Amino acid sequence: MSDFRLWSYLASGPLLWLWVTLLAYWIGDALFRASGRRPWANPVLIAVALIAVGLQATGTRYETYFDGAQFVHFLLGPATVCLALPLQANLARVRRAALPVAAALLAGSVTAIVTALGVASLLGAGPDTLAALAPKSATAPVAIGIAEGLGGDPTLTAVLVLLTGMIGAVVVTPLLNALGFTDWRARGLAIGVAAHGIGTARAFQVHETAGAFASLGMGLNAVLTALIAPMILRLF
Amino acid sequence: MPSFLVPALLLIFGCQLAGEVMARGAGLPVPGPVLGLVFLLLAITLSERLRDMVRPVAQGILVHLSLLFVPAGVGVVAHLGLFAAQGAVLALALVVSTVAAIVVGALTFTVVARWTGNRDE
Repeated sequence: MSDFRLWSYLASGPLLWLWVTLLAYWIGDALFRASGRRPWANPVLIAVALIAVGLQATGTRYETYFDGAQFVHFLLGPATVCLALPLQANLARVRRAALPVAAALLAGSVTAIVTALGVASLLGAGPDTLAALAPKSATAPVAIGIAEGLGGDPTLTAVLVLLTGMIGAVVVTPLLNALGFTDWRARGLAIGVAAHGIGTARAFQVHETAGAFASLGMGLNAVLTALIAPMILRLF
Repeated sequence: MPSFLVPALLLIFGCQLAGEVMARGAGLPVPGPVLGLVFLLLAITLSERLRDMVRPVAQGILVHLSLLFVPAGVGVVAHLGLFAAQGAVLALALVVSTVAAIVVGALTFTVVARWTGNRDE
């Protein structure tokens, strides 16, 4: 088999791109650890950048890449289901703080969707972009599902979700310190609602209580965003 | 392969399947996996045995949650034109919205907790 035939065989099958996805993520995660887990060294963003450059360099189409990567992508559904575990572990604590949790969840979730759609539509973004933007504060598997239902492009939503998480993780600690918030439950819940898993991972680094309430905020906002994002989008 | 792997996957995929059937069947706006999350939450709240069985598998999946975003994230290559044209708009929308949501969420929690005399532990 010539080099070219070997390449076209591998490049068109799923195995190579599945392996490349794992490799790129592994490199991204190693760099993230080496940076001392700085939020700007996000392993997903590094992996996406590496693969994107690789696809451009080899002239490979996204559809061909996705044929292999879909085996990883598929696990988003079961992973969403598994979020029931951290939620259940904090259930008793949540019940004691039910009122503030419910109020902050609703206020944070509505604010995230309305301000994102408001700014983008004022600056002239089209309806497809708005549909992809609406669920960006929800955790990626859920946001992707919501965007598909709204007629937004799921791949655009995935990128917007990642960027939201990184922005949240970078700004949350200096922002809330400057404003003088000291309740770790409030700080955790706010970042979980606004910036899902990446914000939650950041909260766990700062304080355990903040982390627990962040995973709660992320889980509850996944459900709430699915319910309210379609309604709010209709207003724009 | 540990012996709990198959029943744990059966439960996780079963919840997702039930969620998909219910979401599509009833035409609900909620994604199937989110309903699946609610079903699994009910199951592990009601049964400690199910919780212990599913925990190691669920933790294994959740530890590498970010890996699962990569394939969809690479889809950015299909949107380079959009980002070139509207990158500034999208960036501004994301920054404003994320900062506002964090502040409003933390403020609301603090105010309502003070009103209701709610403290941790």
